[in-house]
Amino acid sequence: MRNIWTIAKRELKQYFTSPVAYIVAFLILLILGIIFVLNMTALNSSPFGYQSAPDVRMVISPLAFLFLLATPALTMRLVAEEVRMGTMELMMTAPVRDHEFIIGKWLGAFLFILALVAVTLVYPFMLNQLITPGIDQMLMLSGYLGVILLAAVFLSIGVSFSAIFGNQIVAFFGTLVFLIIMWWLVGAPANILPSGGEIFSYIDLNSHFYNEFANGIISLGGLVYYLSLTLAGLIIGTTAVEMRRWK
Amino acid sequence: MIQVSDLTKTYGLRKAIDGLNFEARQGEILGFLGPNGAGKTTTMRILTGYMPPSSGAATIAGFDVVNDSIEVRKRVGYLPETVPLYTDMTVFDYLKFMADLRHLPQASSTVNETLEMVGLLDRADGFIGNLSKGMRQRVGLAQALLHRPEVLILDEPTIGLDPAQIIEVRNVIREVGRERTVLLSTHILPEAQQLCDRILIINKGKIVVEDTPDNLQARLSGAEHAHLKVGSGATGLAEKIAKIKGVKAVNQVEADSLEFDYEPGQDVRPEVARLVIQSNLDLLELRAINLSLEEIFLQLTREESGAAKKVE
Ligand SMILES: Nc1ncnc2c1ncn2[C@@H]1O[C@H](COP(=O)(O)OP(=O)(O)OP(=O)(O)O)[C@@H](O)[C@H]1O
Ligand SMILES: [Mg+2]
Repeated sequence: MRNIWTIAKRELKQYFTSPVAYIVAFLILLILGIIFVLNMTALNSSPFGYQSAPDVRMVISPLAFLFLLATPALTMRLVAEEVRMGTMELMMTAPVRDHEFIIGKWLGAFLFILALVAVTLVYPFMLNQLITPGIDQMLMLSGYLGVILLAAVFLSIGVSFSAIFGNQIVAFFGTLVFLIIMWWLVGAPANILPSGGEIFSYIDLNSHFYNEFANGIISLGGLVYYLSLTLAGLIIGTTAVEMRRWK
Repeated sequence: MIQVSDLTKTYGLRKAIDGLNFEARQGEILGFLGPNGAGKTTTMRILTGYMPPSSGAATIAGFDVVNDSIEVRKRVGYLPETVPLYTDMTVFDYLKFMADLRHLPQASSTVNETLEMVGLLDRADGFIGNLSKGMRQRVGLAQALLHRPEVLILDEPTIGLDPAQIIEVRNVIREVGRERTVLLSTHILPEAQQLCDRILIINKGKIVVEDTPDNLQARLSGAEHAHLKVGSGATGLAEKIAKIKGVKAVNQVEADSLEFDYEPGQDVRPEVARLVIQSNLDLLELRAINLSLEEIFLQLTREESGAAKKVE
């Protein structure tokens, strides 16, 4: 437990001194800001007034997708950089278990994402000031929970790719392609097949998010699904580290 | 303290180490000597829990290096050959991080004490990336010493250092090796000779010889050697010396000097001296040469590869 925290702390510090992390954070906040402004101006210039009340979905939906694109850049170096620098030998001969190492790496990235999520709260806050009677608190809570769960999944898949390939570029593209497949393609049969396609939409990464969390529903199924995926990523990452020893 | 039995590691088809057996006792500095590719690093990596052996077993402080890896790692300080360090951290932050992973109480003061030991206290706040090779080596050594381990495993600890730093690092090793068990690998024979209580020569994954530095020198000399220098041209002298009973080989080194081997216990030097005088030459020098450990080492490892070739 303590080792996980020690490793996570170092990793978190690393993000706060890394240009990549700042660029990612800046771009996400910028894009969210643009979307926010566009939505608000479209709203005000609408001749029909408030035809559909704006809600936090205009922040959380893009945020989920932006995280999908951004997390591979945040996770690619987690293990690969240690392999490149040779510090893997240090970590693997320190009294640290392989799973502590991987979970620590993941947690460091997750805490950074949480910090980023905290900053994005400024948009719902502004929205709350701008509309009456204010934003839907429940929607806000479930939406943000969904985003955080998705981030946990993205990051654990990212860390496992970094451990499997031990190369930043390969880890980046591998994670990105894998996430895109999980996000769009896995659910596709649900729309094509006449029947029996529901199973595909169940394992689709985005369906629980769009259908449940982003609609104000905190679903147990979704929670279990995302947490299991996160756990699976961490287990695969740990196994990849163990396999490195046998090479 | 370290017990190794039948340790073997195979990479694909190549045996990096092949049935190693040795032990290091408590408080002993054991030198691990061998040419490139002998299997020194491989052995150390197995002992430190970095990778499992293909077969055989090893224990450190009674703990199996595979099954009780974490217990072993807690008791071992390891300086890997490549001296891996987080170059984007400061010396202090790096050591503090490693100390935290070892759950050391009062980590900060321990880090400072250790930096003092290796003479790097003034660079504590500098980035590791800005340090010279020698300083990095000492950071690596500090990392290995942080928890004052029972066992130190140092893979070529003085490589790439300047002579002054070599002496400093050797002093640190000697100091900490007083009550700890140290396994250190090196190519530098005088280093092994100076530092180690016992030397283990390994070649192609097998132990060739295991002894104290003094015994090695004495035991392996084989023949006695002498060097002779005369006043002017020594033409024909070599043939005459070769005829002396007990002389095994003569080698003309330069026009006025030659070296010869003779049977141990059959000192031919008085006879050679007489011969020189009788030949009307000035005798300038006649002295015995001790085979250096370097030469013993080369001889041993060469013999070994010669023998291996015959088998093939
Ligand atoms: N990861 C690896 N994959 C394949 N072969 C390896 C690997 N590591 C080492 N070897 C091989 O194992 C043998 C022993 O290597 P090792 O690094 O243990 O030698 P060494 O005694 O430390 O040499 P040096 O003095 O050069 O450091 C060599 O033949 C080497 O090529
Ligand atoms: Mg080596």
